[in-house]
Amino acid sequence: MLRRILAALATLLGVAVFVFIMLRAIPGNQITAGLGTEAAALTPAQQQQLEAYYGLDQPLIAQFFSWLGNIFTGNLGFSARAQQSVLELTAQSLPVTIELAIFSIVLALLIGIPLGMLSASRPDSPRDAFGQVVGLAGLSIPAFLLATTLLAVLASSFGYNPNGEGYAYFVDNPWLNLQQMLLPSIVLGFGIAAPIMRTTRTAVLEIRSNDFIRTAKAKGVPPRRLQAKHVLGNALVPIVTMTGLQFGYLLGGAVVVEQIFSLPGIGRQVLLGIQQKEYALVQSTVLIIALSFVIVNLLTDVLYRMIDPRVRAA
Amino acid sequence: MTDITQTATLAPGGGRTMERVRLLLRSRSGLVGLIIVIVLGVLSLLSAFGLLPYDPIAQDPPARLQPPSAEHWFGTDQFGRDVFSRVAAGVANSALISLVAVAFATLVGTFCGLVAGFYRGVSDGVISGVTNVLFAFPPLLLALSLASVFDRNWFTIAVAIAIVYVPIFIRVTRGPVLSLREIEYVKAATSTGQSRSMVMFRHVLPNITSIIIVQVTLSLSWAVLTEASLSFLGLGTPPPAPSLGSMIFEARTLIGIAPWTMIAPGVVVVLLVVGLNLLGDGLRDALDPRNRGKK
Repeated sequence: MLRRILAALATLLGVAVFVFIMLRAIPGNQITAGLGTEAAALTPAQQQQLEAYYGLDQPLIAQFFSWLGNIFTGNLGFSARAQQSVLELTAQSLPVTIELAIFSIVLALLIGIPLGMLSASRPDSPRDAFGQVVGLAGLSIPAFLLATTLLAVLASSFGYNPNGEGYAYFVDNPWLNLQQMLLPSIVLGFGIAAPIMRTTRTAVLEIRSNDFIRTAKAKGVPPRRLQAKHVLGNALVPIVTMTGLQFGYLLGGAVVVEQIFSLPGIGRQVLLGIQQKEYALVQSTVLIIALSFVIVNLLTDVLYRMIDPRVRAA
Repeated sequence: MTDITQTATLAPGGGRTMERVRLLLRSRSGLVGLIIVIVLGVLSLLSAFGLLPYDPIAQDPPARLQPPSAEHWFGTDQFGRDVFSRVAAGVANSALISLVAVAFATLVGTFCGLVAGFYRGVSDGVISGVTNVLFAFPPLLLALSLASVFDRNWFTIAVAIAIVYVPIFIRVTRGPVLSLREIEYVKAATSTGQSRSMVMFRHVLPNITSIIIVQVTLSLSWAVLTEASLSFLGLGTPPPAPSLGSMIFEARTLIGIAPWTMIAPGVVVVLLVVGLNLLGDGLRDALDPRNRGKK
């Protein structure tokens, strides 16, 4: 486990280097990003002063460590447009995305696991075909298409668009907040339900062919208990792994879905930063997202150590 | 993805091509996928050779927002542009970007995966480290950030998508190569005095081709989705060049008055992804050695 944590730390350092390089690869620098075309009017002396101010005259390694040091002390940069620090902005947007992620994953598990078990209960039957078609649809319908269609149809035909009014935080208006989360969670949940469904189906089929299932049946374990405890219990490991992997899809999909449904989450923060060329905002937010992704992967590892005694022993 | 690497490890390369094609055509999903991909491929070729009924970017204001007719099969959009021609050009654009991206990812990823798995040591450490770092980013977010760094045109979009998919190919090849290098005939080939790189390309690479082929098909479907999502967000192919994602973005406000502007690109992008997914599933079954010899 210690090795796993060390590896995660090494990965995070790599992530920081990568993000830093990406920042430097952008044509121009903080000066041109801040002043736009007016930067061309700077005299060489002004240029030099600004470079010294932003630390751009330092060697790259020194710039990297000063940037990293800033991050460790919580200084993630400042968004000139929002007149707020990136840390403050993130403190507002991260909970929105976490709420969205939790709802989406719960929905995905509620759709994916029963559907996978239904498919597996009689392979190559009409109900299996139904499950497979839903799964294929989940994999193939882009989130932005589903989201736009849902929004347009509900808004134009039923006049229902809870996301049209400003975003309501859960503590302020829980009922409106839940309504605003509903459609985005359905869109993201449907996308993740597909791989969960496929994994459940394969795992259940494989486990059912084991000897211990035959033994349990012969012992007279009631079918419902057999399904719940013996089959699903053993299928959980691949399902948990797959769910953890889908978190990446979720954070990426959040960019699209938050944009369409106007949720002020972390995905929207990145997109706004990109559109307004606020690179400090983009880099810090991308770093935070990567950090949370690495942490989720680590947690997934811990979780299946708890579920599967064989992994624990190894 | 894990089951691909496990099942296809021992599939010998070369030969048996006809049997595989037969297996692919026999699987219903593989056949349907192949047909969809061929039809859309022909559509994009028509666009590439300029054989479309209308110029996809030529505006014709008097003819705007016309419903589908014999003249305009999929209707026209708010600028009077022919939706069918735009969809066809969009498919071509999507196909070009996805093919270039996946080809790049396959070449680089497979090579790095081979080297990491076969030579182990320092190269493995470096390659696996970089792979882990790239995997720490959600795919769409990485593509988005990369696309924002470059000057946008179809090629830089393809490169951004390729960088996202390189680590997937590394991971998919490295695992099987690790087990292949311990197999007798690879050891035997090494002991006959062939150079290690020769053994790697001649004896190891052919044995992982089936895994790579399946991965290429599935990656193509993800690349199509990524490109469409990027252009929907306004970070893909810059307008006025038609792209399925940006067409859907433009159509979202017209859905009440001109639903065809949304339905046509929407259905086509889903069909394209479904076709590639089905083809990938079919190929996986056809190339799986456990299915060999089945009637």
